[in-house]
Amino acid sequence: MDNTQLVIVGSGPAGMAAALYASRARIKTLLLERISPGGQMLLTHWVDNYLGFPDGIMAYELVEKMTAHAKRFGIDEMNGEVVSLVRVKDGIRMELADGNSMLTRAVIIATGANPKRLNVPGEQELTGKGVSYCATCDGPFYRDQTVAVVGGGDTAVEEAMFLTKFARKVYLIHRRDRLRAVALLQEKALSEPKIEPIWNTVVESVNGVNAVESLSLLNRVTGERSELPVSGVFVFVGLAPNTSFLPAEVKMDEQGFILTDEWMKTSVSGILAAGDCRAKPLRQIITAVGDGATAAFAVSHMLTTE
Amino acid sequence: MSSEKVIHVTDSDFDTIVMKSSIPVLVDFWAAWCGPCRAIAPVIDMLADEYDGKAKICKMNVDENPSTPGKFGIRAIPTMIIFKDGKVMDQITGAVGKAAIDTALNRVI
Repeated sequence: MDNTQLVIVGSGPAGMAAALYASRARIKTLLLERISPGGQMLLTHWVDNYLGFPDGIMAYELVEKMTAHAKRFGIDEMNGEVVSLVRVKDGIRMELADGNSMLTRAVIIATGANPKRLNVPGEQELTGKGVSYCATCDGPFYRDQTVAVVGGGDTAVEEAMFLTKFARKVYLIHRRDRLRAVALLQEKALSEPKIEPIWNTVVESVNGVNAVESLSLLNRVTGERSELPVSGVFVFVGLAPNTSFLPAEVKMDEQGFILTDEWMKTSVSGILAAGDCRAKPLRQIITAVGDGATAAFAVSHMLTTE
Repeated sequence: MSSEKVIHVTDSDFDTIVMKSSIPVLVDFWAAWCGPCRAIAPVIDMLADEYDGKAKICKMNVDENPSTPGKFGIRAIPTMIIFKDGKVMDQITGAVGKAAIDTALNRVI
């Protein structure tokens, strides 16, 4: 693979769209993936807002369709994790976790983001024992039980709706007095009898010995503390980007999201970024796909004009 | 590309195949509705081929076998538990890369 022109790091929707556009531009492309394709699409059950699927689509089915589409025009694929990456004279040199290294003309960082932790006592100890970041994976274990969802954005509200299929009751704990989720989702959630919002409230600790038993809550307005008995807590309080392996020359915002121009180019020549790892106003499959296509187009432009 | 060496265990044969095994056993608790479980399936297949003879690599469908996951307090999938001499040696929750599972397995082999 010495003649690789482009390495795409990560095969969520941004990476797969970049692979599709790069292969059609006949760029010699390697798609590098840590575990398997799909990214955060693997963490959700159903997708209702990706254009072209008017009845919605199972998230996993969309992953399979995207994977097949990304490969259709020919790319190389490899399993691996990038541990460091540096600009050299002829391009970008990358070191992988397995000790291999590779040289390429351009890199598209499409490593996405992971769910943020609450960072409260008990959370880490009880992860997998009642603390979850994936409703579609773990929701069915809570049939007829009481659970809490923490967060107020689209993901929190969507996943709270999903959990009503199994749980008897879903508390939606949000630190503000209104949801941030898109209007349609708010309407659905607030009219769902199984969902009860708890406003202006943060979780101070997750309690339980071998399984979650309760949450300690603090009302930020009244200062009142309370204990909420639940057998599970699902955390959807935003995303942390997977960008810690990048060199300091790649400029990021204070949260670690990569800054790019409208071509998806970063502050380092030859390094581009696409999808959720990039600083941007809306993180959705549909915006990730757009980023990926633009980044591949930028690489094509770069390779033909250099 | 699923490996024939992966052993599919059930509530009824769990004791014989896993708890009474003479070599270490990794059990991947999974379900069809779980995206990350599907994501790590190829890794489990690879492990089954590589550890053939050194460790048993098993999968248990939590939908079809409710009793064993309950016994081990499993409330998240994928969860992988490594057993040796009938004892829980290690537990990994969530989709992780092959290297992390290799490390855990090599600690008990």
